[in-house]
Amino acid sequence: MAKPRDDRAWLLVLPVLALVAFSALIPVMTVVNYSVQDTFGNNQFFWNGTAWFKELLDPSTDLGGRFFDALWRTLLFSGLCLLIEIPLGIAVALCLPRKGWGVAASLVTLALPLLIPWNVVGTIWQVFARGDIGLLGAAVNGLGIDYNYARDPLAAWITVVAMDVWHWTSLVVLLCYAGLRAIPDAYYQAAKVDGAGAWAVFRAIQLPKMQRVLTIAVLLRFMDSFMIYTEPFVVTGGGPGNATTFLSIDLVKIALGQFDLGKAAAMSIVYNLIILTVCWVFYATTTRGQSEASR
Amino acid sequence: MARIGFERLAHGYGTGGYALKPMDMVWEDAGAYALLGPSGCGKTTLLNIVSGLLRPSEGRVVFDGAEVTDLPPERRNVAQVFQFPVVYDTMTVRENLAFPLRNRGVPAKAANARVEHVAALLGLTAMLDRRARNLGADDKQKISLGRGLVRDDVAVILFDEPLTVIDPHLKWELRSRLKELHRQVPVTMIYVTHDQTEALTFADRVVVMSEGEVVQVGTPEALFDRPAHTFVGHFIGSPGMNLLPCAVAGREAVLEGGARIALPRAYPALAGKVELGIRPEFATLAREGLPVSLRRVEDLGRRRIARVELAGRPFAATLPEGMPVPAEPCLALDLARLHVYADGRLAEGEA
Repeated sequence: MAKPRDDRAWLLVLPVLALVAFSALIPVMTVVNYSVQDTFGNNQFFWNGTAWFKELLDPSTDLGGRFFDALWRTLLFSGLCLLIEIPLGIAVALCLPRKGWGVAASLVTLALPLLIPWNVVGTIWQVFARGDIGLLGAAVNGLGIDYNYARDPLAAWITVVAMDVWHWTSLVVLLCYAGLRAIPDAYYQAAKVDGAGAWAVFRAIQLPKMQRVLTIAVLLRFMDSFMIYTEPFVVTGGGPGNATTFLSIDLVKIALGQFDLGKAAAMSIVYNLIILTVCWVFYATTTRGQSEASR
Repeated sequence: MARIGFERLAHGYGTGGYALKPMDMVWEDAGAYALLGPSGCGKTTLLNIVSGLLRPSEGRVVFDGAEVTDLPPERRNVAQVFQFPVVYDTMTVRENLAFPLRNRGVPAKAANARVEHVAALLGLTAMLDRRARNLGADDKQKISLGRGLVRDDVAVILFDEPLTVIDPHLKWELRSRLKELHRQVPVTMIYVTHDQTEALTFADRVVVMSEGEVVQVGTPEALFDRPAHTFVGHFIGSPGMNLLPCAVAGREAVLEGGARIALPRAYPALAGKVELGIRPEFATLAREGLPVSLRRVEDLGRRRIARVELAGRPFAATLPEGMPVPAEPCLALDLARLHVYADGRLAEGEA
């Protein structure tokens, strides 16, 4: 039987097209449009070709140098966040109770930081870490350690990384816990019978079974930390100097502070492509083994 | 290799009442035992007590005369094959088989020799270097079994309904391979199942359980010929044993309708609920004997079962091959195969 064919069905796609156009297509094209033009205000634009991109990707120029400095800072920040949050998240998930009232209590407690808005997290830590009145800052200074995130780059870094760990480790914990709970009891019993110790159980059962959720956890944490803006902006404002000026902060400085729309647009596009590429490469490599296995 | 003893063993899960009622039992070294019973009868509880995954709330477990009640599984030298195949996903078949040896610090060379030997026994040699998670459920179960066999000091191998997720056509193959394996490797094997075919084909001795109680331990023949409990009579055999309420006096049983049946043995006065039991195999439809009314005939292919009514109760009998259904059907009973039960338990008569 031939299926009836009616091209009017394409009309049903229109609402989605309109929605995507307004929410994604038109904004992106505006940015692309800015990235190849220059403006001196008055809403007058001049064709500039690929000059912004060339300048941006050349570290010897003013813009390029600034871009690469921020890029390395952002990569370092993401790397540190992943290095701390993933192992810590796994460790905490392994320690959580498997049954009883403790399950609900720990899950709710863990979820609390995730519910707090970014700027509030920033404000909390801005006060918490202050050397004069903040509980943490004052306590550390009281121990005789000189700690001032507004003056010392290292202290600023420790503060923003600690803040991110505080805010987001819970996400990794919850994902890992879900992965761990999905392991049938028989696996643990078999491992016991096979004489496996805690480390062998972790290597042979828990880690492999968590692989999928860990892939998601790493992806989410990479993207989020690579795009971080609000929290360090509230705490350090990108300082001291440029010590915690990440790509997103620098981007806003160029776009809104200096009103260099062309430079900022070119930077946004490159920024976006970096995230896409890293995520795609990571996802492709981690899932390749899995798809082979399920064949 | 081990002889397994239970002394006043019982287990309750703390909700009141026993999941496993107090019992004493000994399982001989190198025997093939099956724990048979419906879901919830306590057979998995008993298995987990043997493996050490569960500590019994009362009594002792003894391996070769040494008490192991408080020892964890890894110190009991047991191996267990679970209902759902457990393989270590990221490892190859070889690494899976070597895992228990590696955990016990066996040198790589000796471990490898054992792995090769066990793989040959199980027919896994060709796939030793494949990733375990790509294999079918039947091969995964073989790997689980292999992880038990690979330790040459293993005392007992426990099977917890291992064929549940295996395709029907592979079940038969795996079952006969198990049986063959038991002949080659003299190790105590305990097989938990609710499938009587699996239990009767695998085991030398079948332990029938019902409601947390061991109701009979015996060879498949004994369970068939002399069920010690009406539960065994009913649970084993298809269809199960016929049970008719009756009154017994000496060498005679009187059924509810007043029909009298001569008994092969003389019985003392019996208390409680008295029943007469006979298997359908020993009750045939005939032209003479006890008059019955026929309800229907089931053709099982190899034989025919006549569903009849005797003294107002449903009764299953054999319709002999080639015999047309009689117009006025009667029952012919093989009297030597009659058993009398009082309150469910087999009553002993005197010849």
